[in-house]
Amino acid sequence: MKHGSALLLVAIAAGALALVPLLAPPFYANLLVPFYGYAIALLGFNLLFGYSGLLSFGHALFLGLGAYTAAVVAGVWGIKEFEVALLAAALAGLIVALPLGWLAVRYRGIFFGMLTLAYGMLAHAVLFKFYHLTGGDSGMRVPRMHLLGLEFAAYNKIELLAGPFYYYCLTLCALAAFLMWRIVRSPFGLHLRSLRDNAQKAEYLGVRVHQFRLAAFAISGIYGAVGGTILGFRTGLADPELVYWTHSGHLVFMTVLGGFSSFLGPVIGALALTLLQDQLQSLTQYWRLVLGAILALVVIFLPRGLAGLAIDVSLLLGRRSAPSTASTTETA
Amino acid sequence: MSRQPTSNAAPPAEEPKGAPPRPTEHAPSPLIEARSVCKNYGAFRALENVSIAVREGEFVSIVGPNGAGKTTLVNLLTGLLVPTKGEVYFKGRNIAGVGPVTLATQGMARTFQLVQIFPELTVAETIATAAVTRQGKRWRLLSPLPQDAEIATRVAEIAGLFGLSSRLATLSRLLSQGEKKLLDVASAFALDPQVILLDEPTSGVSTAEKHAVMATLAGAARAAGVQAIILVEHDMDLVAAYSRRIIALSEGRVLADLPPEKFFADPVIIETVVGKRRGVSC
Ligand SMILES: Nc1ncnc2c1ncn2[C@@H]1O[C@H](COP(=O)(O)OP(=O)(O)OP(=O)(O)O)[C@@H](O)[C@H]1O
Ligand SMILES: [Mg+2]
Repeated sequence: MKHGSALLLVAIAAGALALVPLLAPPFYANLLVPFYGYAIALLGFNLLFGYSGLLSFGHALFLGLGAYTAAVVAGVWGIKEFEVALLAAALAGLIVALPLGWLAVRYRGIFFGMLTLAYGMLAHAVLFKFYHLTGGDSGMRVPRMHLLGLEFAAYNKIELLAGPFYYYCLTLCALAAFLMWRIVRSPFGLHLRSLRDNAQKAEYLGVRVHQFRLAAFAISGIYGAVGGTILGFRTGLADPELVYWTHSGHLVFMTVLGGFSSFLGPVIGALALTLLQDQLQSLTQYWRLVLGAILALVVIFLPRGLAGLAIDVSLLLGRRSAPSTASTTETA
Repeated sequence: MSRQPTSNAAPPAEEPKGAPPRPTEHAPSPLIEARSVCKNYGAFRALENVSIAVREGEFVSIVGPNGAGKTTLVNLLTGLLVPTKGEVYFKGRNIAGVGPVTLATQGMARTFQLVQIFPELTVAETIATAAVTRQGKRWRLLSPLPQDAEIATRVAEIAGLFGLSSRLATLSRLLSQGEKKLLDVASAFALDPQVILLDEPTSGVSTAEKHAVMATLAGAARAAGVQAIILVEHDMDLVAAYSRRIIALSEGRVLADLPPEKFFADPVIIETVVGKRRGVSC
């Protein structure tokens, strides 16, 4: 029953998102495109953080990797199929995540965080310094690409982003979420959560702690790179700012805002921050200050984030509307 | 002292008093064995030349005053610690460098002196963690666990053995101390181990609950076909009621390795093991 109603809510939300290009000015659909990129990246990020207990402060590295891969595939190699860029980004995510993760998963807590932060900084330095390969601080261009073999030549960039590309991203995000949902509910996902809660006990129950952390790191790397391809396509640019540590902080912010203890929490956080940032930027030049204050308030008053708040509210409403039925809801 | 076994006590206790221990010449090779192990913590020697062997069908208790080295011995036998000298064998193979995951899949299970739980996992998920290992399903990335009937059956069985059936959907951190202890042991049993090592499974459990916990444990061990149990226990009533053999440690040395009737007949040993503990509670 609880599952059913949650699924219904997700379906309604997806339906509402699908209506945005039809009912709202293109500006909004265009605004939401990066949200899908972040949502996909954060689904992966939270497999690492929420489900495996490893908080990365360098995860934007994979966003950058995805965008640069798209730039290389479409700009340097001239392959204009977006699907090829996606596959190449996923592969690049895997290839980069394996050695980085191999070292990082030996550490936990702050040491894991610092090591991943260092990865991000190294990546930034490399992109910045190897000017002839990466374009340095001006980055690399990500040309327009075909979607499912269609060129959409009649559309200008804004129309493409607010129309076909919007739906493309929505679908990709739904697919990524479905896959991740399967992963977290699998035996593999259970072993991740048990090693997060108590690695020593988990080992003695046969959980391969290092291997599984590495697998989670690799999957999150793939998701990050795929999300980054969307960001690159939208701005038409892959630049070092994508991997800068503040961008990694942005990912952590979204996750905490939405709530890392729920499956969709980080996605909700990505949506909330995308909309909030847009509103605040148009209202005040001190928007960073306001965002910082909001984050502090969320940490203090909503440790389970917006998703946790939503769950509490719906439980409360459910109890009010059905006071006669015995409430057997475990605090899940 | 209640040495009279309850109806669901472990098999050894059901033998008539004074029955000889199994004749060693017919005994199978040991399941688990420590050969002259020493363990130093820095300059401090916690274990000195300890040799023990536990065979199929045995229920062995390790007793001794606080700091005698009981936990250290269990940690050596399970590969958590590496001996400073000597070797540990499990089913005839040296466990040096083998690691807990392999030992768990080969049939060794253990619990820790301080209760270990997965706070945010439910009782069912905790038991399922071990069942997934046992059934070799850990790399199934996309198959939904809630729909796995094989796992669900095993989880229900184990929970039933430990009286946790009504708590399956409860988060571990919300359980009572006694239930946490039971769950800790239950999840180890879900590995279907041949040998299980329990480091004070009744510590932190009220005296009233202790006997019930041990009875549950012994019953579950029989039902699950566990071949050998190594128990660290301070409560001499429990030790007397369940053990086939008692190993007493004192200051890192084996003081005695005797069947219960001989053990309890020796006042010097009793004084060393029990006397020093008078007034100590943990
Ligand atoms: N990690 C360690 N570092 C240094 N000394 C240790 C360490 N672990 C145990 N010791 C010491 O080794 C000795 C044996 O400890 P151990 O934990 O094996 O005793 P025990 O018999 O299990 O005691 P208890 O009944 O209190 O559980 C004690 O003197 C203890 O202080
Ligand atoms: Mg101890």
